[in-house]
Amino acid sequence: MNTATNISAASAAPYLSINNVEVIYDHVILVLKGVSLTVPKGGIVALLGANGAGKSTTLKSISNLLGAERGDVTKGSIEFKGQRVDQLTPNELVKRGVIQVMEGRHCFAHLTIEENLLTGAYTRSISRAELKDSLEKVYHYFPRLKERRSSQAGYTSGGEQQMCAIGRALMAKPEMILLDEPSMGLAPQIVEEIFEIVKDLNAKEQVSFLLAEQNTMVALRYSDFGYIMENGRIVMEGDAKYLANNEDVKEFYLGLSGEGRKSFRDVKHYRRRKRWLS
Amino acid sequence: MTFFFEVLIGGLLSGVLYALVALGFVLIFKASGVFNFAQGAMVFFAALTFVGFTEVLPGWTGLAPGSGAVFWLAFALALSSMIVLGIATEKVVLRPLVNQPPITLFMATIGLTFFVEGVAQGIWGTSVRGLDLGIDDEPVMFLMDNFNMLVSKFDVIAAAIALVLFVTLAILFQYTKVGRALRAVADDHQAALSVGIPLKHIWAIVWGVAGFVALIAGLIWGARNGVQFALTFTALKALPVLILGGFTSVPGAIIGGLIIGASEKLAEVYLGPYVGGGIEGWFPYILAMLFLLVRPEGLFGEKHIDRV
Repeated sequence: MNTATNISAASAAPYLSINNVEVIYDHVILVLKGVSLTVPKGGIVALLGANGAGKSTTLKSISNLLGAERGDVTKGSIEFKGQRVDQLTPNELVKRGVIQVMEGRHCFAHLTIEENLLTGAYTRSISRAELKDSLEKVYHYFPRLKERRSSQAGYTSGGEQQMCAIGRALMAKPEMILLDEPSMGLAPQIVEEIFEIVKDLNAKEQVSFLLAEQNTMVALRYSDFGYIMENGRIVMEGDAKYLANNEDVKEFYLGLSGEGRKSFRDVKHYRRRKRWLS
Repeated sequence: MTFFFEVLIGGLLSGVLYALVALGFVLIFKASGVFNFAQGAMVFFAALTFVGFTEVLPGWTGLAPGSGAVFWLAFALALSSMIVLGIATEKVVLRPLVNQPPITLFMATIGLTFFVEGVAQGIWGTSVRGLDLGIDDEPVMFLMDNFNMLVSKFDVIAAAIALVLFVTLAILFQYTKVGRALRAVADDHQAALSVGIPLKHIWAIVWGVAGFVALIAGLIWGARNGVQFALTFTALKALPVLILGGFTSVPGAIIGGLIIGASEKLAEVYLGPYVGGGIEGWFPYILAMLFLLVRPEGLFGEKHIDRV
C-alpha cells in the first residue's frame, strides 16, 4: 500500500493544507493527534473512518467551529491558498471562501427553506438582483428546494434538509465546502442524488470539497482522493480508486475479507505511520 | 355591561404595557438562551436615567426645563446609555460565560440586577420622581360621550406607542437581513456560526434592542406610576406573561400580556370583593401557575420541530 500513497494529492498545487494538527477538548481530551492532509484546487477529497475517529473534529478545526464546543487547536497549522487561517473567526473564513456544512444538516427549523438559503448570503454584501441570481442558481441545482421554498425547514424531509444545508452554503459563494456526513440517515437513492449534485457543483462551479463520510464506498466513488482516520490519526491515504480496491479497506468498512468470517480478536489496527511533511 | 367593558379595556391597555416589558425578556432569551433577570432593573435604569437627564440638562445647556429640546436630548442620551449598558452587559458579563450551563448565566443576570439598580440609584439618587411625557391622564371624550365609558387617554396612547414598536420590530425581524440572521441565531447557534453569521454582532444588536425596549417601557411605566424602585417589581409582572405566552414567542408575549392585563383587572373588580380585595398583585402569578400545569411551553412557545 505504500507505493500507492505516492500518487498523492500533494502533487497538485496545495490549496487547503493542514499540518500536524492536534485538537484538545475541554483542556484534557486529546482528540486529534497530529493530522495532516491536503486538498488540491478543484478536488473532491474524502475523509473516511468510523464513528469517533475524528473526522468531524478535523473539519471543525478547519472551519474554526471548535470554540463553541470548548475545543482548541493546540498544535499545527492550517493554510488556505497559502495563508494561515487558524486564527480567523468563522465569519472571516466564510468571507475567504471556506464554509462548512455541518453534520446532521442543522437547518434553521423555524425559517422557511428560502429564508434558510438567504441566511447563507449573510457575509456577502450584494444587491437584491445578485441575491436573486444566487438563489436561482441554487434552485437550479436543487429543483426540489424550489418546490418547498416556503415550507418551514423543520417540516421538510431529511434529504431536502441536506439539500437545504448544501444550498445555504452555496449562497456564500464558497471556493471550498467542508461537507460533514452528507449521507447520514438518508435513503441510498437520496444519497446518490446528493453526491451527484456534489460532483456537478465540483465540475461546473469549481467548488472543492473535503467530505467526511462513514459511507466509505459511496464516498470513494465520487471523490478523487481519500484519507482514512482511526483514533484521531490518519492511518492510510491514497487515490480513491486504489482505496476502493484495497483489501484492508474492504475488510474494515464492508466486512468483505475474502477469507470468510474472522474472529473479532484478529481485527487489525493500524499503527501510526511517521510522516515527514513540512 | 358598560362597566365590564370599561374594566376590560383598561385591563387590555395595561396588558400591552406588560407585553412591552416581556418583549425585552423574549428578545434576549430567544437570541442567546439567557433568561435576563436584569430586564426589570434595565427598565428602572432607563426611566431613572431619562428623568435624571431632564433634570440636569437645563443646567448644563441653558435650555428651558420641560421644553421639547430637553425631552429629545434626554431621550437620546438615555437611549445611548441603554444601548451601551446592553452591549457592555453582553461583552463583560455574558460573553466570558459562553458555553456555561444556563443556571450560571441566570445567576450572573441576578447579580447584574442588583448592580444595575445600585448604579442607577448611586448616580441619580433614590427619591421618587415624577415623569411627565406631556400626555394627559384624562378620559377619552369620545368614549365618555357615546358609551359612558371611562378609558384613560394616557393608556390608549401608551398602548398605541407599544403597538407601533411591536409592529416595527416584527417587520424588521421578518424582512431584513439582520432580522433573518437574528431568527437564525435563535434557531441554531452552531449553524448560524457555520454560515458566517457573527454571533457577537447579533448578540450586541439584540442587547441594544432590548435596551431600547426597556427605555420605552420605563418611560411609559414611569409616567404612569412615578419613577421609583418599585418599577423593578412591576417589570417582574412580565414573568406570568412569559409563562402564559411562551418564553420564545413575540406574539406570545403580546397575547400573554393582554390576557394577564385583562384578567387581573377583571379579577380585582369581580372576585376582589369576596376575598377582601388586593387580588391584582398576585392573581397573575396564580394564573401562571395553573397554566404551567396545563401547558408548560406556553400558548405560543416554540414547538420543538422534530422529525424522526
